[in-house]
Amino acid sequence: MTHFIFIAASYGVSLLGLVLLTGWMVVAYRGQRRALADLEARGIRRRARMAGTEPVRSS
Amino acid sequence: MPVLDLANPVRFMKLSDRVLPWLAAAAVAVLCVGFVLAFRAPADYQQGETVRIMYIHVPFAWLGMFGYTMMALSSIGILVWRHPLADVAHKAAAPIGATFTALCLITGSLWGRPMWGTYWVWDARLTSMLVLLLLYLGVMALRAAIEDPNRAGRAVAVLTLVGFVNVPIVKFSVDWWNTLHQPASVFRMGGSTIDGSLLWPLMTCAVGFTLVFLALHMLGMRTEILRRRVQALEARAAAEAMA
Repeated sequence: MTHFIFIAASYGVSLLGLVLLTGWMVVAYRGQRRALADLEARGIRRRARMAGTEPVRSS
Repeated sequence: MPVLDLANPVRFMKLSDRVLPWLAAAAVAVLCVGFVLAFRAPADYQQGETVRIMYIHVPFAWLGMFGYTMMALSSIGILVWRHPLADVAHKAAAPIGATFTALCLITGSLWGRPMWGTYWVWDARLTSMLVLLLLYLGVMALRAAIEDPNRAGRAVAVLTLVGFVNVPIVKFSVDWWNTLHQPASVFRMGGSTIDGSLLWPLMTCAVGFTLVFLALHMLGMRTEILRRRVQALEARAAAEAMA
């Protein structure tokens, strides 16, 4: 395959970039979920939840 | 009930909780099909095997512009309606659009070296694409620099709308100026100039990457909504502790 190194580098960099972006976003999402769960475990809840107008699974 | 009232964070969280897994699965499935088609497609009669870079480079370029257009539309939502989801959508789109734009520039350089004999040339298309990346970075830096989230939202919305003038420049730069970059060959008057055997894999990859973009954007919006809830609860807990 001609210019294999350029094709491989393009796909490799793209894969790396998208994996890093996805990983960073998933870690950030889990971090916020954990922080919210910790607050709720301490009894600090949003008004919508306290009033029972929002289902528990939504966040 | 006005349509805008239907798009509130609680409804978005409920809907995205159901949609996101399916969207992510569809993105992976379509991308897999796209890559199989891309590597089974014939080599280009002039560029040879390097045409395979097109199947990632072109979707990255489209989605770099798509992301900025999404941010510009969100900016209108921020400035006109002050809609909370518009600000969330704007903030979530910036790092994803910046990544796709950066990958477009990198894969373009890696394609340019064997085809043009150089990684970079300051022609209108490449330069305007670099400006797009700098706009993304500028928008993210400005938001990070302003502490008050409402002021930050309005400031980045104005900057985004001013910078949006660059998007048509990116698109039409190859028509307006004499560039080393080839002219438009897919979305153009008179139809695509790419043969169907290369065009269909390209379009499949483009749909796959678009689904990846949308899935990541949805995830980013969910994260931002949760972050704002955490901040609000922490502020309330602090206020209650003080009282």
